[in-house]
Amino acid sequence: MGEIKLMKGNEALSEALIRAGCDGYFGYPITPQSEVIEYLSREANARTGMVVLQAESEVASINMVYGAAGTGRRVCTTSSSPGISLMQEGISYIASAELPCLVVNIVRGGPGLGTIQPSQADYFQATKGGGHGDYHMIVLAPYNVQEMVDHVKLGFELGEKYRTPVMILGDGALGQMMEKVELFEQMPRKTEFPDWATTGKKEGIHRSIITSLFIQPEVMEQVNLRLQAKYREIEKNEVLYQTINCEDADYIFTGFGLGSRIAMKAMEMAREKGHKVGLIRPITVYPFPYDIYKEFAGKVKGILDIEMNAGQMVEDVRLAVEGKTQVEFYGRMGGMIAGPDEVYEYFEEKFLGGK
Amino acid sequence: MSTIPNFIEIPVNPEIAQKEFEVYSKPSTLTDKPFHYCPGCGHSTVHKLLMEVVEEMGIQGDIVGVAPVGCSVFAYDYLDIDMQQAAHGRALAVATGIRRMLPDKLVFTYQGDGDLAAIGTAETLHAANRGENILTIFINNAVYGMTSGQMAPTTLEKMVTTTSPFGRDVSTQGYPLKISELLAMLPGVTYVTRQSVHTTANVRKTKKALRKAIELQQEGKGFCLVEVVSNCPSNWKMTPLQSQQFIQEKMIPFYPLGDIKTPEGK
Amino acid sequence: MTEESIFAGFGGQGILSMGMILAYAGMIEGKEVCWMPSYGPEMRGGTANATTIISDKSISSPIISRFDTVVALNQPSVDKFESKIKPGGTIIYDASNIINPPTRDDITIFGVAGSEAAINLKNMRVLNIVILGSFIAARKTVTPEAIMKALASVLPERYHHLLPVNQKAFEAGMELVINYK
Ligand SMILES: Cc1ncc(C[n+]2csc(CCOP(=O)(O)OP(=O)(O)O)c2C)c(N)n1
Ligand code: SF4
Repeated sequence: MGEIKLMKGNEALSEALIRAGCDGYFGYPITPQSEVIEYLSREANARTGMVVLQAESEVASINMVYGAAGTGRRVCTTSSSPGISLMQEGISYIASAELPCLVVNIVRGGPGLGTIQPSQADYFQATKGGGHGDYHMIVLAPYNVQEMVDHVKLGFELGEKYRTPVMILGDGALGQMMEKVELFEQMPRKTEFPDWATTGKKEGIHRSIITSLFIQPEVMEQVNLRLQAKYREIEKNEVLYQTINCEDADYIFTGFGLGSRIAMKAMEMAREKGHKVGLIRPITVYPFPYDIYKEFAGKVKGILDIEMNAGQMVEDVRLAVEGKTQVEFYGRMGGMIAGPDEVYEYFEEKFLGGK
Repeated sequence: MSTIPNFIEIPVNPEIAQKEFEVYSKPSTLTDKPFHYCPGCGHSTVHKLLMEVVEEMGIQGDIVGVAPVGCSVFAYDYLDIDMQQAAHGRALAVATGIRRMLPDKLVFTYQGDGDLAAIGTAETLHAANRGENILTIFINNAVYGMTSGQMAPTTLEKMVTTTSPFGRDVSTQGYPLKISELLAMLPGVTYVTRQSVHTTANVRKTKKALRKAIELQQEGKGFCLVEVVSNCPSNWKMTPLQSQQFIQEKMIPFYPLGDIKTPEGK
Repeated sequence: MTEESIFAGFGGQGILSMGMILAYAGMIEGKEVCWMPSYGPEMRGGTANATTIISDKSISSPIISRFDTVVALNQPSVDKFESKIKPGGTIIYDASNIINPPTRDDITIFGVAGSEAAINLKNMRVLNIVILGSFIAARKTVTPEAIMKALASVLPERYHHLLPVNQKAFEAGMELVINYK
């Protein structure tokens, strides 16, 4: 078993970056995730030689990530909603140039400058593309501090496996709260780099070009087809989700990240009252676990989705069940979080005739 | 890039095409792909100069280039080295990322005026201010070439472009920006020079400046900027010759040539 | 066993660290723990607070609507959280700081003279540890030994000379509950 510590989500994530052998971090401070760049500035370089650079903006940091990722190194940036919006052009370039990297969004309430309180309102942006063009990032949705750690390692691995940007979609509460975590051992930094990396023209004829420019539409179409084929592979191989108490369930609660934990508590309350409620929690929100919802759609009387937004993932849930079961949504916005009581009452109202 | 000239195959006479008769050849560090630049455009000359220096210094495997959006975005088709294409304005952020990962390599950016001094001003200023060990080659042609001749930050006062059709009016459109002088003020910046390629003598000086800048890079001396006052005959709506005259008569009086900052203390 | 508690008071009273030390102690005892600073519906009202959950089972929501125990170091916290205590739950408050004490008759109420105890130790900054002592005496969520171990781990080395006074404060706080009339 690895080292067990009590850590804040943001600090645990930072520690995981160092331990995952990350080579470079480029970021710009924004609440509620500034602890990441602070922690890394304090710890990283002395321990592993990792480069930590405070950029002049999120626009710069994502482009530094692009450059650094192009050298075949393990690189990362973190930010929160407004900063992630600024990065969208860069993320689109990274997806098109097929560079692996990790982008962490510790979501806060929006739109606009919004609030520094936690939110899940960036689901659409994260899972449906965000920037321009037909692309996807793999999006991991940690629901506790342990997954903030585990998803760093997983994120780097998936990114490198598919040469694609990976996002960790957290929220302000996960970033700020403390839980017990088991840390994995320090991994060595890479010493061998892929042959597509721009590290100086290799002996002989091989040279590397990183680009997202394919001006002839025939070529650009081929690039798109390749990307889409990759996304189909990812959808086939990398879907992750968790189910609890679904075997005998009459109803299913669902949600991602922190929302799923509120749903879990509401499920416990319902079980105490004798209602057979189960839970589905997507761990990857792209690729989305459509099949597991489909499987239960014909078996249960209804699904209640809980999110910290106006109802975003619920569109995917509805898509999955194809109208075969009643789908209801409960969420609060702008940094407010629904308590489990509220959720339970809503469940009674919608599914049990307001008992 | 308003016109892409077709490459015409000229039949070769094998009796004349002999090594001993050779008077000129392209550097081996350029690919065989013909340039797409408009006839008479300075981009072609600067590409060739840079690659001659790379060849002479034997650094083809040690240098990584960044070409952002602009007419020279396809530079990687010609420069036979590892390269990354960058988003418009972000060349120096991308180069920073590369350079920080590859501290033993040489990294350069090749940027237009719109890229360097408008959309990418923040990245330019801060990379320079951090003293990143990067060489920036800055092609100042006073217009946006790639998007067909709109006003650039470096467009001269009263100069006509498609977005200053009555001539640049400084009272509403601002003044032409001397970004090189501005950057020279920063302590992280080692070497700033302004050159041109509109005469053979100037071509030679530009090559010297490039070599000096790369040598400074090898010594890890920090940020270097080689500005090249260049032309855009297509969008200036001039013949190549007229455009050289325009450089001499209009551009250089406002953008004087020569070193702006040197490590020797100018 | 699951203990869902909230520590609330003014910023600067060491509210957040009370919960953190408890969470740390829980971890030392091998329990599941979760500590979350003023996030969620209870963030308004001028108080700092931290939800702390200690459990033998894995913890579901860190956002909770009702608490087993409320620790309140100022009036607004009593006013705000009294109604959020589960029937049969507990409230511990610093009697020296509160004018209108809690009134519910379905909960256990400890109005402890924490500030006085801290003054007796000539160190107002240990108020939070006094009250934490009262909390442990009342709830027995973790052992006192675990708390002292947690304190030693949470407190940076350069403050370790303060451990004895904290130990005294903690014991004083426990006494306040043990001898509560
Ligand atoms: C975000 C963004 N905005 C606008 C453009 C369109 N664009 C492409 S090149 C260019 C101007 C390039 O001018 P300059 O940097 O001076 O280089 P030149 O083409 O003159 O060599 C513009 C505006 C773009 N590609 N991306
Ligand atoms: S800068 Fe002007 S002349 Fe040169 S290639 Fe671009 S459009 Fe043509």
